[in-house]
Amino acid sequence: MNSLRNQLLGTWTLLKKELLRFWRVAFQTVAAPVITGILYLLIFSHVLDSHVEVYEGVPYMAFLIPGLIMMSLLQNSFSNSSSSLIQAKVMGNIVFLLLTPLSYIQLFFAFLISSIARGISVGICIYLIAILYIDLPIEHPWIVFLFAFFGGGLMGAFGIIAGVWSDRFDQMAAFGNFVIMPLSMLSGVFYSIHSLPASWQKVSQLNPFFYMIDGFRYGFFGQSDVSPYFSLSIVTLFFIVLSYGTIRMLKSGYKLRG
Amino acid sequence: MKKAIAFKNVKKNYGQLKAVNGINLSIEQGEFFGLLGPNGAGKSTLINMLAGLVRPTAGSISAMGFDVIKDYQNARHSLGIVPQELVFDPFFNLREMLRFQAGYFGKGKSNDIWVDEVIERLDLTSKVSTNMRMLSGGMKRRALIAQALVHRPPVIVLDEPTAGVDVELRQRLWAFVKELNEEGHTIVLTTHYLEEAEALCNRVAMLRNGEVVALDTTTNLLKKFAAKNLKLRLSTKKIFKLPSSIKRINFSVDGDFYTFELKRITDIGKIIAALNNASIKILDMETTDQDLENIFLKLTGNKI
Repeated sequence: MNSLRNQLLGTWTLLKKELLRFWRVAFQTVAAPVITGILYLLIFSHVLDSHVEVYEGVPYMAFLIPGLIMMSLLQNSFSNSSSSLIQAKVMGNIVFLLLTPLSYIQLFFAFLISSIARGISVGICIYLIAILYIDLPIEHPWIVFLFAFFGGGLMGAFGIIAGVWSDRFDQMAAFGNFVIMPLSMLSGVFYSIHSLPASWQKVSQLNPFFYMIDGFRYGFFGQSDVSPYFSLSIVTLFFIVLSYGTIRMLKSGYKLRG
Repeated sequence: MKKAIAFKNVKKNYGQLKAVNGINLSIEQGEFFGLLGPNGAGKSTLINMLAGLVRPTAGSISAMGFDVIKDYQNARHSLGIVPQELVFDPFFNLREMLRFQAGYFGKGKSNDIWVDEVIERLDLTSKVSTNMRMLSGGMKRRALIAQALVHRPPVIVLDEPTAGVDVELRQRLWAFVKELNEEGHTIVLTTHYLEEAEALCNRVAMLRNGEVVALDTTTNLLKKFAAKNLKLRLSTKKIFKLPSSIKRINFSVDGDFYTFELKRITDIGKIIAALNNASIKILDMETTDQDLENIFLKLTGNKI
């Protein structure tokens, strides 16, 4: 009854539904974060472009773009899985998934991939608008893709954890306001950590967002604060650990099955 | 033949509360089975454990022979559960929602014909493109039933499906569910409406405090608990004037009317003869069947 074909179709159906869910409200889920990203870009580049040069030969506006793309990608990957789950829980329609033969692995992959897709969609839109203003070639496309994929995946998995754990919208908002926002703002999106005092550099190096943004930026310029391979190892490690934790959580039925 | 559903010594505790306390129950394929009980009796917990929404503290549950935990995927293929709450996904229209639901069960495009048939039979055709948010309560209820049927499950479980539904829709839903049963589906329903259980179910289980207090065919239960009532309007309103032989039969008084619980039909003759001897005239007389409501009251001391 539950053949491999059925399972693949089941996973694909949930993925399709999750993709459609954010696409139906793309004005809110894609256009709004793109506008926010572009506003950051315009304001910071206007104020600082003539004063700051972080990497030699790289204008500040160009330096800013990969960080903003990655920050938006991470925030939106998180939002996708977390908002889908909390809405389904609060509305009660999570029961439609729980009554099906979809396994915890199928649920995990469908939510994860749709989160990555939303994050990357927002990132691509910001990039396409940014290159209207400034020339921004990608030096290492594979590095860019790997950081986008694992970064989006990591945040998608974290979003699943937050969505399952939260019982109310305010609990979910706390994740965004007190965890995601500070970690992303203090990750080196707007500056190189070399410009910070030594103690703050050490603190920054404890922030996983720093490695996601620094490595992603390397893909554009071939320059970074730390080795991109070290960053990729850290991001992959976090991705694996969070994915494992998420799968264990879904398997246990925590807060989903009484 | 595999049991449609089997509960084996199932328990569910929430802290000190024993919501379900050692239930053993088998439902055969093709049955129309009723699960009755007052609020808090354990009906919904039992259904939720069957559906995999709640995990039992002890015991095992199977659907069409598949254990609902160890072989949950096959068990869920066998079950179509209609939840009690009116829940819906506000992002999609009715047809999309039904096709997604079928897709989760691995049903592809070839199943769309069946989905359309379910839509038609539940009289939802005009609403297929309507967003779920815009449907009325009755429509949402029908949509929930449709969702439970999209993967063609052999066993359909309806958890109080007519709660808050108007009389006309209730009749139509029951006619539809009856049709499904005649087509071979096993139907399990929990309900507060005893007259519905009486009219629809071949067999019923009555639950109280997480335990089964009665389990039998509806007909047997009705037979077992007094065949008939004899309701008389008598020329006397004074109970002490009744012959002592009559007073031994259980009766209740409501205004001019005396209602006697008959253990045997021959009791009617004895009552009439005793009244004649005491020169008490019978002004009016009717017999009524015992109903599940009375049986339930006797067994549990609770009103549903």
